[in-house]
Order: sequence, then structure tokens, then C-alpha cells
Amino acid sequence: MLKYLIEKEFKQMLRNPFIPRLILLFPLMVILVFPWAANQEITNINVDVVDNDHSAYSNRLTGKIAASKYFNLVAVSSANEEALGNIESETADVVFEIRPDFEKDLVGRGVSEVMISVNAVNIMKGNLGSNYMTAIIRDFADEIRNELQISTGTEWFRQAGNTALPVIQVIPQGKFNTFLDYKVFMIPALLVILLTLICGFLPALNIVNEKEIGTIEQINVTPVGKFSFILAKLIPYWAVGLVVFTVFISLAALIYGLIPQGNLFTLYFSASIYILVVSGLGLVISNHSSTLQQAMFVLFFFLIILIMISGLFTPIASMPQWAQNFSRCNPLRYFIEIMRMVYLKGSDIANLEAQLMTLSVFALILNGWAILSYRKSS
Amino acid sequence: MSIVIETQELTKKFGAFTAVDHISFSVEKGEIFGFLGANGAGKTTAMRMLCGLSKPTSGKGFVAGYNIEKESEMVKKNIGYMSQKFSLYEDLKVWENIRLYAGIYGVDGKLIPRKTDETLSKIGLSGEKNSMVKELPLGWKQKLAFSVAILHEPRIVFLDEPTGGVDPITRRQFWEMIYEATERGITVFVTTHYMDEAEYCSRVSIMVDGRIDALDTPHNLRTQFSAQNMDEVFRRLARKAKRMDT
Repeated sequence: MLKYLIEKEFKQMLRNPFIPRLILLFPLMVILVFPWAANQEITNINVDVVDNDHSAYSNRLTGKIAASKYFNLVAVSSANEEALGNIESETADVVFEIRPDFEKDLVGRGVSEVMISVNAVNIMKGNLGSNYMTAIIRDFADEIRNELQISTGTEWFRQAGNTALPVIQVIPQGKFNTFLDYKVFMIPALLVILLTLICGFLPALNIVNEKEIGTIEQINVTPVGKFSFILAKLIPYWAVGLVVFTVFISLAALIYGLIPQGNLFTLYFSASIYILVVSGLGLVISNHSSTLQQAMFVLFFFLIILIMISGLFTPIASMPQWAQNFSRCNPLRYFIEIMRMVYLKGSDIANLEAQLMTLSVFALILNGWAILSYRKSS
Repeated sequence: MSIVIETQELTKKFGAFTAVDHISFSVEKGEIFGFLGANGAGKTTAMRMLCGLSKPTSGKGFVAGYNIEKESEMVKKNIGYMSQKFSLYEDLKVWENIRLYAGIYGVDGKLIPRKTDETLSKIGLSGEKNSMVKELPLGWKQKLAFSVAILHEPRIVFLDEPTGGVDPITRRQFWEMIYEATERGITVFVTTHYMDEAEYCSRVSIMVDGRIDALDTPHNLRTQFSAQNMDEVFRRLARKAKRMDT
């Protein structure tokens, strides 16, 4: 009996003018567009420098900022008000102000101050902008300190009684993603979103569509069991999910040269479980919906929340405690973790035991629910 | 003669609305039982309960000897159903629909191709075997739906307005198919709005406002209401209806 139902699903799917195209085009679009659009690396921060000192040092510092790949020097203003005006009109993101006695203080007292004002409307940009700026200034300060140390003629240096200044250099090393490439971080997670959308929506819309057309009633009046019915909807989309998965990882390798560090078996094994989880969610929602619109909106509602707290864009560890607790009930979170770990760290099934077990529990609960909530009679 | 459908005070309520109001009747094997009533009288609801698609609010019903509420899956094994709304898969070919339903009812896979050809030649659609169902005219679709409903030789077949919107010639052919099915021992339970079709039934019940107001052979009903034809009988009864005609 199951064989005939599955055969029917495949025939309908392949005859559908939309689904076969979706299977190829959706991954292609996601991989070509999203890694660039969902990039959170911030460059091109516009800086307005207010130099009140016009000294050799202040010029050097300005030059250093302008030379950074993160900043564009858009203006050199003469007054702070003028620069703040630029922030208001959004031509500048950061105002960097150098005080009148910058060089004099630096050489005479060994201490000087600068002011960084950032436009914090976009918190991410503001934060990173001030961090990058601080790094440049610190770097500049080190340079100056070295130079002054070599010339050893400075007043304050002798007073302090120093002969050599201890400097601790920090050398960051990015493990697993040496160049801190944002794309390498995003692509495995985008694959999760792709599978969630395709394998969550398609089976749900399929069932609700049968409800709307009325064909489901003809099936409900036959002896087809709930289990067979749900399984017949699940298996074809499971196969679709694996095809989409294959298309995506091949594209990632071809276009970005991104090859998973871990083995393919681990990837496919985890994906097989994950597809059951999202398809199960879709089926549960379709069982409780009577129209396409209803199913679409409910699915959207859940997916947006699940994606937000999945750790796709923002680290879960920096969320408030309640959100962190909530994200424990989010299957996306676990699969994103798995994908990133396999792709970047080369983790294998043994390392991923906790995540895989959790996903399996989700799969059992959701599909069990889908079978129980499917009503052959009203 | 044995009884294949029996209801006792069968009732279905949707909130405060009583769609089917304590109906009791029985249908014998091999009968063509005409289930008449105005739109909204509760025919489809009653039929859906008998098919196990809808649960009764109260009362009992037995179809093919099984309790419609507690043994609905056994009921489903023994019946065929053709709904008001065409419900075969339009995006499957004619033979694929037959294959699907034959498979669902457990017809042996090797026998399916032969059964398909037999069925199609019987309804004169052999040439359309590879056509997509959505391309067929309505009358052909209805004939196909009927043959799919009786493909597994059910004991009873439920037909909900099978000839609605179908031309007179096809309707005639459709009734020939119904007669042929009864000759094979299949009991037919049919709803219709065509009173000439009511004359073809062995017995007819007329539902008004969720209740069965009359039940007898067409001949006896005509005598009882001293009417010329079933049309007159129907109009006399249906005029009493208090529900809005929707």
C-alpha cells in the first residue's frame, strides 16, 4: 500500500512545474547571494577627522586611519559641530577628534587624549567602528612609544626612571577558520536554513493543498492508515532534502572551494535526521491547518522565531538567559552547531553525540505528533 | 435478504445546528437506495457519517455489519465512496489513478494492469488511458470516479450527487453502470437532485430539515402522496422545510 502512495507522491512532485526547479535554483540562489549579503564583517566605515592640532603627529595619525582597510576618510572638518552635522546627515559614521595640544602633551607629559564619537544607530557598525579605531590608536601609541624610547631624550621617560618599557604583544590565532572568513562561518549554517525552508514547507503545503482540493477525502475513505499516510508524505521530501543538500555542498565546494573538514557520512547522517525533524514540524502544522494561508503563516511564525534564536547570526551565548533556555528547544540550533563543527572542525559522529541525540528526540516527538494529529474523520 | 446499512437515531450536530436529526433506516443488500433531499437537508453529512468520515454526535450506525463509530477502518475496507466534489488526482494519468486506488485496496500488483484495461474498456475510456485526468470532460471524470470507487468490489458504494452537471446521455450511461454494479451484488447508496433518477431506485428516502420524512419505493410514494411523479412527491415534502435553502 505504502509503495503506491509513495509512487504517487513522486509522480506528482516531478510533474509539478515548480518543485524540480526549486530543488536546483533555490540552493544556487542561496549560495550565490546569501554569503555576501549576510556578511557581518564591517568595512567602509566613514570617518570624519577633526584635527585641532595640525601637528606632525596628528597628521600621522590621520594618515594611519585613512590607510586602514576598514575606514574611508570622508572629511577633515575644522570644528566638532561640523563633524557631528556629518553624522546627522549620515555622511560620516565616526568622528575622530584630536585636541589642540595633542603633540605637545604627548611629547611633554607622555599622555594625550583623543575623542571617538560613533553613530550607534547601527549598533554593530558603531561598536566595530570604535573597536577598530581603538586598535589603530593603540598601534599608533606603541609606535610613538618605541620611537621616544629610542631617542630616550624625553623628560617624562627619565623621570619615570624607565630604561626599557615592557610591552605585551597579543598575537591572535583563528583556529579552524584561520582567516576569520565570514563566508566559511555562514555557508554551513545557510545550508540549515535551506533544508528547513524546503523540507518544512513543501510537505506541509502538499497536505493542505490536498485538503483544499478535496483529494484527501478520497484517501480518508480508504483503509490507508495514518502511519502509512504520513510516511508516504515524509519519504519523498526526505529524498528531496538529500538532493538539495547534495546540490548545496557541491556548489559550496565549486564556488567557494569550501570542503568539509569532517567526513561526508557524518554530514549526510546528521542531515537525514534533521530533515525528519523539520518535515515532522511541517506535517504537524498542516494537520492543524485547513487552508494554505493558515499553514503558511503559522510556519512563517515558527520559522522566524526559530531562525532568530538559532545562533545563525548572533551567538547564543550572548543572548539573555531566557532566550538561551528557549533555544534549547530549537532544532535549528543543534543542526547549525553540527554543520559548523563538521565543516570547520572536522568533528565526527562521536563528537556530535549530544546534538544528534537531541535531534533524534525532536524527530520522534514531531513525527509521532504528526501521526496522532492526522484525522481521518471529523 | 440481508441488511447492509442500518442506522438507529443517528444524529450529527455542529454547535447548535442539528444537521442530521435522529434518522433511522436500513438498506438491504443489492438495493439501489435513493437518498433525496433539498440542498442543506443533511444528505451529505449523513453519508459522510456512514462512510466513517464524520463521527456521529449520538445514535448508532452499522455499515456492512461494522459499527461506523468504533470500527470505521473495517467499514472503509468494505465500501466505495464517490464524493460530490471530484476527488481523483487531476495531475495523475487515468491509469495512474486506477493503479493508486487498486494498490491502496490491496489488489495484487500483477493483476493491476489487467484490471485497469478491463475497467477502462467497460466505461469506454481505453483511449484515454494515458491522458491526464484534468484534461477529461466532467462526464468522463465521473464515470472514471465511479469505476475507481467500485474497483475493489466493495459491498456498498456511496455516491454523492454523481451525475451533477453531467449531460443526459452520460447520465443514462452512468445509471447503466450503477445497474451493472448491483447485478454484481454491490449495494448502491445514492443522492441525487434529478427526480427521473429517483424513479430508477429500488427505494427512496426523502430528507427534510435533517429528518427522514418519507421512505418507500417510488411507486408506493407516488400512491401515498397521490402524485403523478416523484417530482411532485419531492416538492410536496420539501416545501415544508423551514431551513434556509443554501
